[in-house]
Amino acid sequence: MNDRLLIALLSLIAALLFIASLLVGPANLDISTALAGLFSKTNPAATLVMCEIRLPRAILGFMIGATLGLSGAVMQGYLRNPLADPAILGVSGAASLGAVLAIYTGLSAAFPLALPLLAIAGAVIAVLLLQMLAGTNAGTLTLILAGIAITSLTGAFTSLALNLSPNPFAATEIVFWMMGSLTDRSMQHVWLSAPFILIGWAMLSVLGRALNALTLGPQVASSLGIRLDRTQMLAVLGTAASVGAATAIAGTIGFVGLIVPHLLRPFVGSEPSRLLPASALAGAAIVLAADVAVRIIAPGRDLKLGVLTAIVGAPFFLWLVIKHRRDVL
Amino acid sequence: MRPYAAAVAGIASLLAVGLLTMAAARANEPPRRVVSMNLCTDQLAMLVAAKEQLYSVSYLSRDPESSVLADDAKKFVTNHGLAEEIFTMSPDLIVAGTFTSRASIALLKRLGFRVEQFAPPNSLSDIRTNMRRMGELLGREKRADELIAEFDRALAAVPATLKKRPLAALHYANSYTSGGGTLAADVVERAGLENLGTRLGLQGTTRLPLELLVMEAPDLIIGGIRPSSSPALAYDTFTHPALRDALRGRGLTSVPDRYLVCGGPFTIEAVRLLETASQKLSRQKQP
Repeated sequence: MNDRLLIALLSLIAALLFIASLLVGPANLDISTALAGLFSKTNPAATLVMCEIRLPRAILGFMIGATLGLSGAVMQGYLRNPLADPAILGVSGAASLGAVLAIYTGLSAAFPLALPLLAIAGAVIAVLLLQMLAGTNAGTLTLILAGIAITSLTGAFTSLALNLSPNPFAATEIVFWMMGSLTDRSMQHVWLSAPFILIGWAMLSVLGRALNALTLGPQVASSLGIRLDRTQMLAVLGTAASVGAATAIAGTIGFVGLIVPHLLRPFVGSEPSRLLPASALAGAAIVLAADVAVRIIAPGRDLKLGVLTAIVGAPFFLWLVIKHRRDVL
Repeated sequence: MRPYAAAVAGIASLLAVGLLTMAAARANEPPRRVVSMNLCTDQLAMLVAAKEQLYSVSYLSRDPESSVLADDAKKFVTNHGLAEEIFTMSPDLIVAGTFTSRASIALLKRLGFRVEQFAPPNSLSDIRTNMRRMGELLGREKRADELIAEFDRALAAVPATLKKRPLAALHYANSYTSGGGTLAADVVERAGLENLGTRLGLQGTTRLPLELLVMEAPDLIIGGIRPSSSPALAYDTFTHPALRDALRGRGLTSVPDRYLVCGGPFTIEAVRLLETASQKLSRQKQP
């Protein structure tokens, strides 16, 4: 398929899902009330619902989905590993741990930027750890096992921190950090995360050519004039900044970064530079769709987003493992 | 191995029979060593029991945010509702809530202890029922009647309902609210307010999404962060811009948790606080 056509199609789908996300919610507003609420001030209650509750939710759904899709594509390209994904490899888990430390120690109440910054710090540590392992030319299996170890360890520390909190609600919030949700997030969360997410996107989006060259191996890429140290820095910091800030706001949403590049490769081929923009748009569409679905399936129950993405994603992951079994084992 | 097992079983059954006969012998006279396993029965027992009659209360009743009688609670041994811990206290009566750990209660009952469970009150009149029952169990009917009479006087002293009732939304952490058939709704209504959860047809304590609350534009939102507690995402909802705007600059009406978590004579404080807020609101509306 023509790249431009694909991008246009994905943009259209993401835009439609963005609008759907604005129209779905417990306060069954009809379309005209919803639009009036969004663009005029005639119905103050509807304006509040649209501008302060649904709009930030839709914006965050788009940004976080795009982050997961884009970072998944970059990680698969950079680590040259078809099973890479920020959640599977423990990057989201480490970011969650950073966010948990910021919130439950009271640090983020005193200094709001501590929330994204600590989450990003967690993500940087996780990516560097993975990179150390993958840099020595480890196979897929080593990388996945390292990811499982990081996910388990950070998950254990997250549970420990929340169980030790004297607040009775903290322990129940373990589910949020493991499964992710966008319920009742506000514009404050958008302003807090958007700068870091956008910086992360900027870093990742220039990597296309370097990732293309890297498909031929580091030596060849180097001889083609790709600066490997610069590529590594951009990949690590870009992933950490965008995934870290996204996780700090919405918790861990798994499998989006894994599935999206695989769904798109049949259309764009295996060239990472063509995959990146399409993956970002498709990631946004998937998270927006999941976020619409949780509100339709269980209204008022606050079903977590990660529940849906894992139900779809985990079987897909199994299928990938079977497909790649020969090179994995 | 077999003689040993038989001996253990024998000792265990002897112990159980012993405990049972002890319990039976004392069934008619008031219990002398009472242990309470639940914050709500803790507070009722502390109010009703004679000196030295109550031995232990749960650790939660020392928390000033949840318990009205936090200072009194320091006079008693604390327990954490664990069967093993209660067993070693050898009480002749255990009082607990109906939602207290089922496993611990079942074990204590099997060991032959007398366990009396109290359902959480769903209305102001359930509070009277629970107080009366606690009085009967502890052989302190007179004390219970005094407390009930005092409670009724205090309740009667709260001014009668306004003509037009302002709409009030109960808003707890994680966007929970109380609908019909709950103590909180009864308190709100007795204070001269209309409860949003009841109007929306909700039953029990359940989630009320922020969107729905905002759309109903209540005159009063009752809730708020517990002042000294540590942070949790559950409280994010109190600082959400949509809630702030829905309050139209009035601020949350706060009723300390300790007056509503459990029903007791102190629940009257919640009625008073809300009644004051409701009067203030109607004065603002008709200056």
